[in-house]
Amino acid sequence: MKSLLATLALTTALTLPGLAMARPVTLTTTMNNYGGDGAYLALYVTDAAGAYAGSLWMAGGKSKYYEHLSDWYRATAGDTAQINGITGASVGAGRTLEITLDLADTLFDAGYTLHIDAAVEDMRDSPNEVTVPLTTDGAGTPVTGRRYVADFTYDM
Amino acid sequence: MIRALHRWPGLLAAALLIVLTLSGAALSVFPAAERLTAPQAETGLSVATLATRIQTAYPGVEQIRRSPSGQITAYWFVDGTPGAAVIDPATGQGVGSADPNQVERWLTNLHRSLFLGDGGRIAMALGAAAMLILSVSGSVLVARRAGGWRRWFAPLRSPLSGRLHVEIARVAVLGLALSSMTALWMSASTFDLLPITSSAPVFPTEVSGEIGVSIASIDLLGQTLVAELRELNFPYPGDATDVFTLKTDQGTGYLDQGTGAALGWTDLTGWELVLETIYMLHTGQGAALLGLVLGLMALGVPVLGVTGVLVWLAGRRSRPRIPENQQAAKAETILLVGSEGGSTWGFAATLHQALSAAGQTVHVGPMSGFDPARHAKAQRFVILAATYGDGDAPETAKGFLDRLKALGTVPAAPLAVLGFGDRSYPDYCGYAQRVAEMADTQGWNMLLPFDTIDRQSPQDFARWGRLLGQALGIDLELAHQPIVPATEMLTLVSRRDYGAEMQAPTAILRFALPHLTFWQKLTGQGFARFEAGDLLGIVPEGSAIPRLYSLASDRRDGFVEIVVKRQPSGLCSAQLTQLAPGDTAKGYIRRNPGFKPGKGRAPLILIGAGTGIGPLAGFIRSNKGHRPIHLFFGMRHPQNDFLYGQDLSDWQTEGRLTRLDTAVSRAANPSYVQDTLRDEGVEVARLIKGGARIMVCGGRGMAAGVTDALADILKPLGLTPQALRAEGRYVEDVY
Repeated sequence: MKSLLATLALTTALTLPGLAMARPVTLTTTMNNYGGDGAYLALYVTDAAGAYAGSLWMAGGKSKYYEHLSDWYRATAGDTAQINGITGASVGAGRTLEITLDLADTLFDAGYTLHIDAAVEDMRDSPNEVTVPLTTDGAGTPVTGRRYVADFTYDM
Repeated sequence: MIRALHRWPGLLAAALLIVLTLSGAALSVFPAAERLTAPQAETGLSVATLATRIQTAYPGVEQIRRSPSGQITAYWFVDGTPGAAVIDPATGQGVGSADPNQVERWLTNLHRSLFLGDGGRIAMALGAAAMLILSVSGSVLVARRAGGWRRWFAPLRSPLSGRLHVEIARVAVLGLALSSMTALWMSASTFDLLPITSSAPVFPTEVSGEIGVSIASIDLLGQTLVAELRELNFPYPGDATDVFTLKTDQGTGYLDQGTGAALGWTDLTGWELVLETIYMLHTGQGAALLGLVLGLMALGVPVLGVTGVLVWLAGRRSRPRIPENQQAAKAETILLVGSEGGSTWGFAATLHQALSAAGQTVHVGPMSGFDPARHAKAQRFVILAATYGDGDAPETAKGFLDRLKALGTVPAAPLAVLGFGDRSYPDYCGYAQRVAEMADTQGWNMLLPFDTIDRQSPQDFARWGRLLGQALGIDLELAHQPIVPATEMLTLVSRRDYGAEMQAPTAILRFALPHLTFWQKLTGQGFARFEAGDLLGIVPEGSAIPRLYSLASDRRDGFVEIVVKRQPSGLCSAQLTQLAPGDTAKGYIRRNPGFKPGKGRAPLILIGAGTGIGPLAGFIRSNKGHRPIHLFFGMRHPQNDFLYGQDLSDWQTEGRLTRLDTAVSRAANPSYVQDTLRDEGVEVARLIKGGARIMVCGGRGMAAGVTDALADILKPLGLTPQALRAEGRYVEDVY
């Protein structure tokens, strides 16, 4: 289990009152066979007003491609400090990305939304590939992506 | 140093570079194919019109992209299902699949990372670096060898693998250098080693809040031509805060989805423009033709790799091991070798063996290792030096001249300098000559006068060996055996005799073409391929050292012909001139690419005396295209040694020979061929002005006389024999 509490607490707006209360959450993203190279994925959270709250994970290591994750890029102005220490490899077609994070309890049932932006070389960019409200009830329910993500689930 | 910088990266990276260039060459085809197949937008088409057409056809359109080839792709979303197609800009309708080409994707991944992720990317970047080093070091080597950058495309006269290596390299090197430099830049960008300054403008915080502007009414889209378009993104349906995003070849901007007003614009930064240009130069995307040319040049690399390894192996093989080489400090005789390809080492080995057999202690080492302090016991020094390019030091002699110049006192032990070279090159034995001159200037005592060996002649070497033996007071017989190729039995068919009355028996010997194996025919080896001017090596009975004779016939003539004059006490010429039809001799073909008339219609001036007529007669016999040929021929007496006399007259009638001028040395008014040349100076000058090529064959004295005469003839034209030689328009085959 990767503990990202500290990172998130330091770098993002997820430093909310009551953060001491946190729980491990597993995010599972399964890609469909879209017939291209490894996909870049940005997982991040917006608040009830739609404002960027913080990043959870960046799959893909070359920052020169981040602008293709256009919503995330717009929200963060491409600031790589947002994903310091929470960056991994890009995810191939048909593969699954599974990450486990400590997320603050206050992120759930409070209007926060989890977004995934996706981009694949020589294929269309797909900002807002996945949009799913963070609720305790929604945990464990698969959500389908628009173009590249076969399904996405968060489990607590 | 430069050679090492060429050899080691080349050997280490050869396999990697072959993968890199083959995949690169294959990839270069795709941009051209896309350019040819992509439906192109009509000139003057605006983005507004194009986007309207596409939106009409696909109301859920989200993004329109234009690739550098002009191919337009649209992406849309209908009822939760994504769609995409290549668009015909004239109709806005999809005409093809927008899925990436799987072959291209596979090749791209192989080309940039060997499917090994970042490790593979680094390996390929190192490959590109190796290619750049090879391009630069190889260019320096080619220039040095040719005798200067201005002689970059000078004709070559080396063995096939070496020649092929240079021929391909000097054409391809520009593309390879460009591709490797752009590759390194792209790698640096991928690994974030370059400053990234994104040009995306800040996303607008305030928008009109309205939606549904008609695309056709947006001014900026109406003014932007499709040719400038990179990408147009539509706002998310139902999100009033979103905007249109337009990317062109100049920059990026946002447009309000309610009013069409421009909400911000940023031009591309300098870094981005540089990277985009480099990307185009590397991939050919947006420059398909350049891409194809680069791909073609990249295809040269596998050949360069193979021939390069062959050249290296040949160099290693030809450098013999010296058995019982004495230590530098203990030896009385020091042999210093300046060798480029390695053949001079062979001569040093022969000399080492003969001197050792005569009871001397001998050390052989490279000239670059010369240090008088290391040779405490030295009684004599012998330098065997080849020349590289235009009189430069060969590989194993680097730095020798500087060291000699810096020497306070030269060794007391005397010195002999022997140069190795090829008379058909400018500055024959130039480097050895300079070594001898410098040694003389420094006051080094000479054991023997400076001497030279032409084209690795074992006879020259044996002659010099006898002089060395005399100087040392020993009997020195140097039987240098260059590796003799496989010989064939040649059967004499006919002979024509001349000069018997003048005690100079000379014969035109015609041998039957030996039987060729299928393999020889297939590969053009041995007697399967030869022309007049090539050399016939004859290995006489009772000797291992071959003698070389210039060929007077072409493979297509169907026979092997040479002209031989019996030399006083000459072993081989005696045997040959005694052959009767039906007798045999052992021979092989040695190519002599430096002495060929070449293709083209430029007039030929052929100058020869005595047996030197041989190859010249061969050229005339082959001149079925009636190229203008002017022959100057020197003989002793027309009654006795007018070689090919009847043939020349026939060839003149047939138009193969334009004009014949003879010189007779044993007449009432003796004249030599150089005298006749002077007499015809005006005509010769006229021919040379018209691009004529001069070929001289015969004895050394005659050749020197011809050079002097030509110098006088050329002077009014502002030319010199040296200048013509450098251009390859004045070649000699002398003995």
